[in-house]
Amino acid sequence: MAILDVRNCTKRFGGLVAVKNLNMSLESGDLYGLIGPNGAGKTTIFNLMTGVYTPDQGSIELDGKAIHKHKPSSIAKLGISRTFQNIRLFRSMTVLENVTVARHMRKKQLLFDAVMRTTRLKLEEETIKHDALALLKIFSLDKRAYEPAVNLPYGSQRRLEIARALATQPKVLLLDEPAAGMNPQESIELMHLIRWIRDEFKLTVLLVEHNMRVVMGVCEKIQVIDYGETIALGTPKEIQHNPKVIEAYLGGA
Amino acid sequence: MKKFVLFLAAFVALTGLEAFLRNLIGAYNYQIVILVGINIILAVSLNLINGVTGQFSIGHAGFYAVGAYTCAAFVFYVGPSLRAITTFLPRVGQDAVLLLTGLSAGAIAAAIAGLAVGIPSLRLRGDYLAIVTLGFGEIIRVFILNIDAIGGSRGFSGIPQLSNFFWVYLLVLLTILTVRNLIRSSYGRAFISIRDDEIAAEAMGVDTTRCKVMSFVISSMFAGIAGGLFGHFTMYLHPNSFLFTTSFYLIIMIVVGGLGSIEGAIVGAALVTVILEVFRSFGSFRLVNFAILLVLIMIYRPQGLFGKGYGYS
Amino acid sequence: MATFLQQLINGISQGSAYALIALGYTMVYGVLRLINFAHSDVYMFGAFMGYYLANTQVMRASVGTSALSAVVILLAAMGLSAGLGILIERFAYRPGRGVTRFVLPFWFGIVGAAVGQLLQGTIPALAVGAAVGILVGLGLEKAGLRPARQNSRLALLIIAIGVSLFLENGGQQVFGADPKFFPQIIPTHLLDIGPLRIDSQKLIVFGVSIVLMVLLNLIVNYTKTGKAMRAVSFNLDAAKLMGINTDRIIAFTFALGSALAAAGGILVSLLYPRIDPLMGVMPGLKAFVAAVLGGIGNITGAMLGGLILGMAEVMAVGYGQSTYRDAIAFIILVLILLLKPTGIMGKGMGEKV
Repeated sequence: MAILDVRNCTKRFGGLVAVKNLNMSLESGDLYGLIGPNGAGKTTIFNLMTGVYTPDQGSIELDGKAIHKHKPSSIAKLGISRTFQNIRLFRSMTVLENVTVARHMRKKQLLFDAVMRTTRLKLEEETIKHDALALLKIFSLDKRAYEPAVNLPYGSQRRLEIARALATQPKVLLLDEPAAGMNPQESIELMHLIRWIRDEFKLTVLLVEHNMRVVMGVCEKIQVIDYGETIALGTPKEIQHNPKVIEAYLGGA
Repeated sequence: MKKFVLFLAAFVALTGLEAFLRNLIGAYNYQIVILVGINIILAVSLNLINGVTGQFSIGHAGFYAVGAYTCAAFVFYVGPSLRAITTFLPRVGQDAVLLLTGLSAGAIAAAIAGLAVGIPSLRLRGDYLAIVTLGFGEIIRVFILNIDAIGGSRGFSGIPQLSNFFWVYLLVLLTILTVRNLIRSSYGRAFISIRDDEIAAEAMGVDTTRCKVMSFVISSMFAGIAGGLFGHFTMYLHPNSFLFTTSFYLIIMIVVGGLGSIEGAIVGAALVTVILEVFRSFGSFRLVNFAILLVLIMIYRPQGLFGKGYGYS
Repeated sequence: MATFLQQLINGISQGSAYALIALGYTMVYGVLRLINFAHSDVYMFGAFMGYYLANTQVMRASVGTSALSAVVILLAAMGLSAGLGILIERFAYRPGRGVTRFVLPFWFGIVGAAVGQLLQGTIPALAVGAAVGILVGLGLEKAGLRPARQNSRLALLIIAIGVSLFLENGGQQVFGADPKFFPQIIPTHLLDIGPLRIDSQKLIVFGVSIVLMVLLNLIVNYTKTGKAMRAVSFNLDAAKLMGINTDRIIAFTFALGSALAAAGGILVSLLYPRIDPLMGVMPGLKAFVAAVLGGIGNITGAMLGGLILGMAEVMAVGYGQSTYRDAIAFIILVLILLLKPTGIMGKGMGEKV
């Protein structure tokens, strides 16, 4: 059964149809790529999946549960997490604090605990910190845990965003152009990282990306979107040789 | 153990100061010290919603008013019965009971008002939220103006003087501690994440609506407590003390002090209160200079004294 | 029925005054995204300018009898207020956008003059004080004190509040805190039209307001400057890139808005002659509500909002509880923000995720 199922989704903005009758089906453990020209609707699809937008028609199901009417925080609780096209780190926080925010939804501490600084609070804070540091270590960010997040170099900021998204313990991870602004070396490292994340954390990854080397190198399945509709679906090899895709996106003659 | 000792020390210090302060610095200065304390409670609580959670609210005077009038009305109407059943306590004890129950009533009323205003308003962002909170603050004031049982346009007089340095600064300490502890918990991080990037916060599982309302209600509750302390010190309440200009002065306090910083709120409150109170007696001349000073501070150092520049973009 | 129409006319004339003030709020918000709290005090300034002009020797002779003198007073007050608006923009709001020079000398000069006035109260003392202040300011600027760039919106709002406090208290200092009575620069006739008895002044207020609003509309929609104003309100940076001198356009916007506020001040003073330095506070707040009601940033909206608010207030007072009069504006404000925050004419613009 599909872990994330998008069925006949349509989303309009005024007169513009951003997404038209879209179908997408992610199996558990997939490394799924979503590509297409700019304005094709890829980020809109992400926003639909994460509850930022509600589809005008159609449905989205996570593990069989309809989520398309939920708000983003409850979808995050149910298991979908994401990174953003333009990095959205918490500007006034340190690297560590950014990651710990993701644990808020699973907190056990109550308002009373916070105000009275009970043992329960102190213990939970320790655990949260400990887990966050462990996660940061995986991303080689632990040495900079107490630095302001905005001081990090660009590539590290992107990795931090991914680490933060992972801290929500998602079932499905949506990555919005994670390779943007990366040099070839960083892109290769990213590819390994994504694959490793999928294997290590046993989750499903959906990737929107323009960097074709990353897409073709990492994704096992690829869906191509243009003008809000699917124009192709298949393995990297199939997509690379698909004439429609080449014409719309990968470059013609 | 250490905490207990600290609390005891503070308690003793407060009691001691209360006993001698009025004689030491004179009635006028004592009054200013009290006012500073009340404004610190207001500023620190306002800072929680504006500075820490990043929600632009300029209607704080409304909750201040709700707390003040509720507390005063409670003590005025229920007070005598309470006194009757606590005759076993010395006068000081009876006063304490009255004040504390009154403050609780004021706090609860202000919190409810905060809930009523917050739930519909916090869907709005930026300027719209600011304007709607301003509107609500004024609506509350005009409604109070029309309720005769609490004085209406004549004002509410005959309020017993139950609050003093001890009570005001005890609550100042409690407010500061509460807000500080809140900020150092997961709740605090959630609030700050909303300020920094509401969309990202929501995506990471923070129920932003719930958190915003929570911050707003806590903030209003403390404003209510400040109000109760205020009424029971001045012994007289009039809606003119709760105009939107009061809300503006509170905003000025936290911005001059530095938005988002508790120390900033404390210092800002003290500074602005002193300048306004002390210089008010010199009339419009000094207020002209206060205004110019304010403009210049905002032009040359918009982040205030302790602020790190996080605000609304 | 007659009372109803009577009230309607009251509402319309009240509303057109609100509309004139609301236009200033909405235009400045449109170009700068700033709620100019000081605007209400420019309204007050305009009224006072009218008062002083009408009381000059030259005018006193013809006041009350000559329509020309009334027009001259109106235009002069509008001009002076436009100047005030330009000064405020230049020395209070523009520094945040990076224009750094002469800010300190300006403000220090005022402080110096105030000190001079306090110490000795004579004109030379004022001048000396001002000179000293200006020199100190120049010195500090030379020493490197520069405004912070890119002020946050909140800091800008507080600056607006500061300027408002400055104008109100400065007004109390300069004009005196006690109320004055605005002279009847237009004679009042009671006209009987059908079942109604209408005060000609109310008609004139309405008429002049309409003329001004039409003029504004012409400027904004049919001139090159107007087009530039609209461009700046859509996107300041893009307008700059298109070669528009945004600083000049913004100054022009302030000048226009301030002139209209001054007109509002004089017109209202015809109907309610009691003027004092704090007269702008409540009308300003209500005009602001009118601007929001119409859709803040939208000029037609401000006009509509003003008229609607004026009528709502008059109806409420006429038929309901007059003590709640002030609350009407705020209740409308809250309702509009909760139901349709972008106002009657406004369009919302979401945030890109």
